[in-house]
Amino acid sequence: MSCDQCHEREAVIHLTQIVNEQVTTIHLCERCAAEKGVESPGGVAKTPLGTFLAAMGKGLPETTPAPRSPDACPRCGGTLQDFRETGRLGCSECWRTFEAPLRDLLRRLHGSTHHLGERYTETMADPGPEPARAAELRERLRLAVETENFELAAELRDQLKVVE
Amino acid sequence: MIDLSLLTDGGVGWLDASGPASHLVLSTRIRLARNLSNHVFQGRNSETEREEILAAVEDVARQSVLLRRASKFRLDRLERIDRQLLHERHLVSKELAGLDADGRARSGATLLVQDRLGVMLNEEDHLRIQGLHSGFALEAAYAEADRLDAELGQRLAFAFHPEFGYLTSCPTNVGTGLRASVLIHLPGLVLTKEITKVLQGLAQVGLTFRGLYGEGSEVVGNFFQLSNQTTLGSSEHELLDHLGKMVRQVMDYEEQARQVLLRDAPAIIEDKVWRAYGLLRYARALSFEEAMNLLSGVRLGVGVELIPNVSIYTLNKLLVYTQPAHLAVAEGVEPDEADLPIRRARFVRNVLESEVGRRG
Repeated sequence: MSCDQCHEREAVIHLTQIVNEQVTTIHLCERCAAEKGVESPGGVAKTPLGTFLAAMGKGLPETTPAPRSPDACPRCGGTLQDFRETGRLGCSECWRTFEAPLRDLLRRLHGSTHHLGERYTETMADPGPEPARAAELRERLRLAVETENFELAAELRDQLKVVE
Repeated sequence: MIDLSLLTDGGVGWLDASGPASHLVLSTRIRLARNLSNHVFQGRNSETEREEILAAVEDVARQSVLLRRASKFRLDRLERIDRQLLHERHLVSKELAGLDADGRARSGATLLVQDRLGVMLNEEDHLRIQGLHSGFALEAAYAEADRLDAELGQRLAFAFHPEFGYLTSCPTNVGTGLRASVLIHLPGLVLTKEITKVLQGLAQVGLTFRGLYGEGSEVVGNFFQLSNQTTLGSSEHELLDHLGKMVRQVMDYEEQARQVLLRDAPAIIEDKVWRAYGLLRYARALSFEEAMNLLSGVRLGVGVELIPNVSIYTLNKLLVYTQPAHLAVAEGVEPDEADLPIRRARFVRNVLESEVGRRG
């Protein structure tokens, strides 16, 4: 199928629009799409950041810039989708963030959601030495950079300097 | 090459056949999954964090009673053959040893081991506390692992949720984080074809089975690892009690199956176990799988008192030392060496000959 705009190159983007309850689909080649300001997910991969993210194994965001999903874990950035794909949770905070769906899953897996075994109290151990604090800051810094929250990143970097 | 002799018992104390019911049960394993609350889980952490986790746990372990003298093996710095050796000794999981597709251990992957206790670090969870005992010894193995858990927990902040219990990277381990496994030999149930029914029954009561090497491994030599499937909603002792009761029942079924075989087909059984013995004693080439199956036959023969002069300990040793990495190291060759089956057969012949003498 050739491009509706230039009628020369192969159409790679198929844009469906609904205007005044009329559904129209236009087929565009990559260049014409770019001129019209339509970006393809494939186009993202061609940017250096796209390649970088792909290499990090984080997968490609559907659009750029990728706003962090509001339902992501505030600590590690993991989402329910990540969990579905890997079967693994990202951190202890994920257990709190996704408490409701996890409770359903636990009922199916274990027939219960209540721990009846030995109990552990936080007071049993120190909150952790300085390096742990540094690690947490580093993790938050990584997330801040990833989500392009540079103001927060700068603040975290300063805090990290103090700790280290 | 790592020197396993540095370990007090070479890390194979579990196969000395000294434990309860060791004619049927090779070993009992307890594993407790724990994570540090101040670090994200393994799947999301960085190389630096894994080093921090390792340093923090090692520091606490050195000050503990139970791991003070622990040997330390950094899987990420070991050759593949050494990693395989530790895996074959049941000291590390396949995942920690990096024996999967890409053949590399992840950075920070470490084992601390002292006598029957150990900790795998940077496995699927930050810590996998483990205890390995000879024979059928669920309570004893748990008591020891529990003591180590308490010692480490006093100085490390574990991730714990008031409702869900100990938090783990995979929801199948949450709660107690406890997986108790009993490695049991069930040739009678396999020969009488009752095994499928028994395994289905176990699944219905919340238990599961795996092969000789745990998760994802196949059943070889009629060895089954029976373990609890659920980790949440029951206390540690309830989980152990339940598994213990079911294992005892399976042991009874196995004994009954053996009696049925001896009653209904004595000639066939006698021929089967002596044939296995004869092949082990005189064969000139043995694949690992064949050796395992023949050892199973001889073990049955010893168990029903048809074969004298062979100890369960010898059979256990053969089980471990005829595995590819162990044999390759003993023979000074590579594990994929083409003549390994010939070397295996010679090794087995020598061991049996020195045990029972030329008259056997």
